[in-house]
Amino acid sequence: MTVSSRDDAPLRYGSYVAAKSFLRRRAIIAHVMRVLLFLAAALSVFITGAIVYILLYDTVLFFQQVSIISFLTDTEWTPVFENPKFGIITLVSGTLMTTFIGLLFAVPAGTVLSIYLSEFARPVMRETIKPILELLAGVPTVAFGYFALFFLTPIFQMFIPELRGFNLLVPGIVIGIMILPYIVSVAEDAMRAVPDSLREGAYALGFTRFQTAVKVVIPGAFSGVTAAYILGMSRAVGETMVVAIAAGQQARIAFNPLEGAATITAYIVQISLGDLPHNSLAYLTIFAAGLTLFLMTMAFNLLAFWLRRKYREVY
Amino acid sequence: MSDARTDDVKFDEQALVRKANRQDLRFAIVGFVVLVLAMATLMALVIDFMIDGIPRISWEFLTSYPSRRPQQAGILSAWVGSTLVMLTTAALAVPVGVAAGIYLEEYAPKNWMTDVIEINVTNLAGVPSIIYGLLALGLFVYGLRLGQTVLVAGLTLALLILPIIIVATREALRSIPLEIREAAYGLGADKWQAIWMYLLPAARPGILTGAIVGMSRAIGETAPIITIGALSFIAFLPPAPVSASFPFVSFDWLNSPFTVMPIQMFNWISRPQAGFHVAAAATGVILLAMTLLMNGLAIYIRYRIRRGAK
Amino acid sequence: MDAMTDAPGSATDNPAKALEGPVRARINKLSFFYGEKQALFDVSFPIYDRKVTAMIGPSGCGKSTLLRAMNRMHDLYAGNRYAGEIILYPEAINIVSSQVDPMLVRLKIGMVFQKPNPFPKSIYDNVASGLWVRGIKKKAVVDERVEAVLKQAALWNEVKDRLSTSAYGLSGGQQQRLCIARALAPEPEMILLDEPTSALDPIATARIEELVSELASMVTIVIVTHNMQQAARISNFTAFMHLGQMAEFAPTEKIFTNPDDKRTQDYITGRFG
Repeated sequence: MTVSSRDDAPLRYGSYVAAKSFLRRRAIIAHVMRVLLFLAAALSVFITGAIVYILLYDTVLFFQQVSIISFLTDTEWTPVFENPKFGIITLVSGTLMTTFIGLLFAVPAGTVLSIYLSEFARPVMRETIKPILELLAGVPTVAFGYFALFFLTPIFQMFIPELRGFNLLVPGIVIGIMILPYIVSVAEDAMRAVPDSLREGAYALGFTRFQTAVKVVIPGAFSGVTAAYILGMSRAVGETMVVAIAAGQQARIAFNPLEGAATITAYIVQISLGDLPHNSLAYLTIFAAGLTLFLMTMAFNLLAFWLRRKYREVY
Repeated sequence: MSDARTDDVKFDEQALVRKANRQDLRFAIVGFVVLVLAMATLMALVIDFMIDGIPRISWEFLTSYPSRRPQQAGILSAWVGSTLVMLTTAALAVPVGVAAGIYLEEYAPKNWMTDVIEINVTNLAGVPSIIYGLLALGLFVYGLRLGQTVLVAGLTLALLILPIIIVATREALRSIPLEIREAAYGLGADKWQAIWMYLLPAARPGILTGAIVGMSRAIGETAPIITIGALSFIAFLPPAPVSASFPFVSFDWLNSPFTVMPIQMFNWISRPQAGFHVAAAATGVILLAMTLLMNGLAIYIRYRIRRGAK
Repeated sequence: MDAMTDAPGSATDNPAKALEGPVRARINKLSFFYGEKQALFDVSFPIYDRKVTAMIGPSGCGKSTLLRAMNRMHDLYAGNRYAGEIILYPEAINIVSSQVDPMLVRLKIGMVFQKPNPFPKSIYDNVASGLWVRGIKKKAVVDERVEAVLKQAALWNEVKDRLSTSAYGLSGGQQQRLCIARALAPEPEMILLDEPTSALDPIATARIEELVSELASMVTIVIVTHNMQQAARISNFTAFMHLGQMAEFAPTEKIFTNPDDKRTQDYITGRFG
């Protein structure tokens, strides 16, 4: 190197070249970092693998003692009784019931809201509402559980006297409120991705704002909007605290939303709170239930992922 | 003009315009009503907690342990536990999440392996939190024999919020203007130098937002912590991180049993006495304040980023 | 359509004007503002019924702005303001007046855009959209009209066997002809074409120019183009715009052979643009 350290030394361009040893070191660091970063990313695959392994392992142990047929077809779930029964349908029905009620509320509300935000609301309004929805999404689920049990249920009981203290209706509605921000966020994103040229074409033909939204924008954003619903469904299925607090622990085939019923998630909580010995049959049930839950949500998530990819390709 | 006569296709323009405006107005009203309902629900929730819970908050409440008697119950062990668990979670999730995000955004080639990783990250973001609890139960508590400790809770929650941090990092890197990248490489930096010295600092606000959102999620998570077996009648604190004698810093607290605020709240909700419900509401107020503040902070930072970018 | 006998205010010093026929619309001292910035300055010229009027000029001269004012497209975005008038005949209404609902204007005046923008629907549905939103739903009527305009757009033979397939399956040129058919279906009083061929290849361009010439005797057409030769080929009248002002308006032949204004002369001869 020929750069002088004196302040008044004339600058000689082209004379400062990095030392070979520095470049070598730099290359080694770069390589090491790349490996470390890759490992961090690959961790996500490992986590999925670990989840599947843990769930499968204990589920297999479970099925060594309980037949799959009875697991899928029994209509009672009584793992701690003398003559235990393990019909997963009961828990699944509880989960599906609350999910269904939640979607019943969130899909129409979410669709209306995302159309409103994407096609009708002025930018200022949109920028105000979206943060509020984000705040709604950030409320801890246990708080929603409290809200469902102590605030909403008594209010609902005033109008529906037959409503039990633990029921599926109120948690269902609260779950709907909880998944609303997710549905709106994904659906609105999809609608905004529809190019303005399509909108202008519609308006030029004499479409109203509403007609443009419903006949042009939504069909154009269809797969994204569907993905929003599916993601909401996945979230609703996995919801735990609201149902654990407000839906009761009774495992039964849930037809009546006015009564309580256990969901898959609430059941897992119930067992975890207790003192079951590790590797007892009842302990293993939470893994079997968990695997069922995981498969359900994974199916939904993959479907939604594929749909979102599809709509991104169109434009 | 053509064979389809104008008379066949005649329409009343004025009437159509009037009807159209009515239709648009009606929908705008419906949309607005739905909006108001959604916000009213959020308000109702917050106000309900405040009414039920605020009177109960006091210095004694914050410095007492849980008790069999509702009037004497406090959340000391709960909020200390929450703090320690949050520290652990952050220390684990942020470095790993940022690293993974950097790899996926800057290094990963477009091949099937990268696809698999990306699908996994997306899938993990949608896995119910209780499944993470089961994973931790099988892997950490029993598999690795780590027991029901702060460390395990931190690990579990770190895994849970990892996707959030990864996605936030990727978005932050993606939105760095091209000029900064070109300037860095133009100076002769290699990839890692460019990232470490120029891109990461530029992406810092975005990553910070993601970290805050992740922590806000973690602080309110109950289900996975229940599953790994956090007890809720903890009448002691984990060992202090600082000690009077050498080496002055201790990590024993990582191995300690613990409780966190949402667990305490859940436990009190499940008790029959109304006094405990009030205590639960008080805990809820504190939790809500924290999550609303953290989310609000994240939103504010994001707003500042967007304004700065203009 | 009834012939319009009303042609108020047009200069009567040119006897050749009698051959131009009735006036369909008259742009009268029109100014336009994007917020604070003025983009059009007191533009005035007539649009003759069932003739092709072209608007040409260098980029930024305001021709697209003017076109989009004619069907109130600017109303879709906040902060825009019109001053002056565009009077549509025979109704004699000022279509840029705030008293007039933009939708009413768009029901009367159709538009085809620079980049083809068919809806994500079938070919049939695209063409029928304009009829459906006007409440014309009877299948027989709609079927007949769809076929008629697709034939006019010289697209019928190419798509008649796949009317229910997606419009995105068509080529760029075909999609643009589809958009023209879509705009024609509700029989608008006027059609605005915003650089309709600039995104197309020369062969597709030629077909559309042919189409415009054929349509001219049936619909009033206003076309914006940055291609002078195109304007010379297909238009009856040409307006040359420069920096937001109307520099010159005359029959096309005069504009391209013997323009009055020096700016026009410079643009035509390629001095700038």
